[in-house]
Amino acid sequence: MIRVDGLHKSFGSVRAVRGISFEAPDGRVTGLLGPNGAGKSTTLRILYTVMKPDAGSASIDGHDVVKSSLDARRCTGTLPHGAGLYPHLTARENIAYFASLCGIERSNIEERVENIVDLLEIKDFADRRTKGFSQGQRTKVALARALVHDPQNVILDEPSNGLDVMATRSLRELILKLKDAGRCVLFSSHVMQEVAALCDDIVIIADGRVAIDDTAEGIREQTGCDDLEDAFVAAIHRVSPE
Amino acid sequence: MIRTIFTVFSKEVLDNFRDRRTLASALLMGPLFGPLLFAFVINLSIERSLSDVEKTLELPVLGVEYAPTLIDYLKSRNLKIIAAPEDREAAVASVKSGLHDVVIIIPRGYGEQMANGIPAKVELVSDRANTAADRDARRVRNVLYAYNQELAAIRLSARGVSPLVLRPLNIDDIDVSTASGRSGILLGMMSYFFIFAMLMGGMYLAIDTTAGERERGSLEPLLALPVTRDRLILGKIIATCLFMALSLMLSLISFFFALKFMPLQELGMTPNFGPRVVVAAFFLLAPFILLGASVMTLVASFTKSYKEAQTWLSVVLLAPTLPILIVSLLTLRPRLEFMFVPSLSQHLLLIDMVKNEPVNVLHVVISVTSTLLLGGLLTWLCARLYRREGLLG
Repeated sequence: MIRVDGLHKSFGSVRAVRGISFEAPDGRVTGLLGPNGAGKSTTLRILYTVMKPDAGSASIDGHDVVKSSLDARRCTGTLPHGAGLYPHLTARENIAYFASLCGIERSNIEERVENIVDLLEIKDFADRRTKGFSQGQRTKVALARALVHDPQNVILDEPSNGLDVMATRSLRELILKLKDAGRCVLFSSHVMQEVAALCDDIVIIADGRVAIDDTAEGIREQTGCDDLEDAFVAAIHRVSPE
Repeated sequence: MIRTIFTVFSKEVLDNFRDRRTLASALLMGPLFGPLLFAFVINLSIERSLSDVEKTLELPVLGVEYAPTLIDYLKSRNLKIIAAPEDREAAVASVKSGLHDVVIIIPRGYGEQMANGIPAKVELVSDRANTAADRDARRVRNVLYAYNQELAAIRLSARGVSPLVLRPLNIDDIDVSTASGRSGILLGMMSYFFIFAMLMGGMYLAIDTTAGERERGSLEPLLALPVTRDRLILGKIIATCLFMALSLMLSLISFFFALKFMPLQELGMTPNFGPRVVVAAFFLLAPFILLGASVMTLVASFTKSYKEAQTWLSVVLLAPTLPILIVSLLTLRPRLEFMFVPSLSQHLLLIDMVKNEPVNVLHVVISVTSTLLLGGLLTWLCARLYRREGLLG
């Protein structure tokens, strides 16, 4: 479970995140929705500990992302935006490398990799070097890599970017599988439909602030819009009227 | 801790070995480029210096018929007399135009002047501004001077005077350089080849640690793993060191074989570069590996892209030449304080070894420890900088 409390982060004079709070509970899919530059990626980067917040705090399964970042990372699987693979290694080697870095026992690595290869249905190209992989294949391998240590929490930054219909579909199935297994899934997107189709909870972010944090149903009610896209626009206008 | 570092290390090694093109440039460029260039330069200089004595020089002489004794003398000095232009003007013009490097003109009155014991006029036409031609002209001039001396000695003897009258000074030029010592001058440049090859061997990996990973998009997933960044960068720097060591070893070996095919004895040089020296040179230069790896990683970590990193690292490739160059230009002898300067200390010690001169143990100790310490310090700095947020670009 992921808890975010009053995060602030600035880059020079740009205030990317100004007071974001929300919770992503276990067994649910939480969507971080917002226009480009709203502060989604920065929030997630703070969560997977490659950045430190200027103010506020965040924790994953009770581990503070600043004070005990190693523990926080240990129980999190991360797919950063535009995650890249090592082109001279095969898909399987890419996954095994991360498994080994995560501290999985050497004797168990092969089995773990095998399981995740099955789960993500990447057997067909698992033994090929990843150079020249399609965007869909690459995302799947990057996901497998992120999930190989069986993390309780999963953070995905715009995972469906550049994926075709079939790949998006299998990604959606995977996210639902994780949810059914009781995992906490937090993912960001700027596509309304995708979030609506998948998420139990939706956190709409605009201008570095939370515009609305509710279920899809709740958002429709709060904004008085039947159509989620209208609701999205209405919610954003609340924080940044222009 | 050790396991994580080893995991990173072995992945980097595997990755680098699979990348054929960068591997070729890392492990072949340095070791091959150095000895080849070296062999080229040496052969060129040998050819030039040997040409003076050994090659028969074609010498156009105008008025051959007036001085048969002189002509015989010239022939005995490995000069081949060929037909000259028909008159004096044509001879001068031919040298001016570069057709001939040097022409000798013997005027009609030569025989008569010689018989009467007055200085007989001989003209030597050359172009002193043309350095290549001047070498041949100098050779001919020296032959004429020698003939002059010989005739003078004969004439003095005929008058009962000792020819020694003409030699009030007996100049004896004593050259104390040994054959190995002379090679040191030329072989001095090879220490830079080794440092160059070393740096080339690790350049790709050093860039990959920061700029490369970032450009590929694999940096963030890596940093999001439950691993401290110190271990990641240590594993990468150790892998960089391995490739630098490999490259150094290959270039030492390739030099060892290349020197066997170079006719250095003809230049009066016998470099001391046997298997023992090769091994000693490896351990002497090895401390520079850590320093080179950390400097390259450090410089690359500030760049925005792979391309930019390559540009900056080519400056790093040249940096070790600076102290070597300055000391060579000022022709300074090895001193204790020089041993604190990396690249320079290795250079000076290597030269001593190649010259077969006793190597100062204290100098070696200072060179090794100061270079290692600096390398360790910079590695620590790399690790510090690997923690900052700006790394993400």
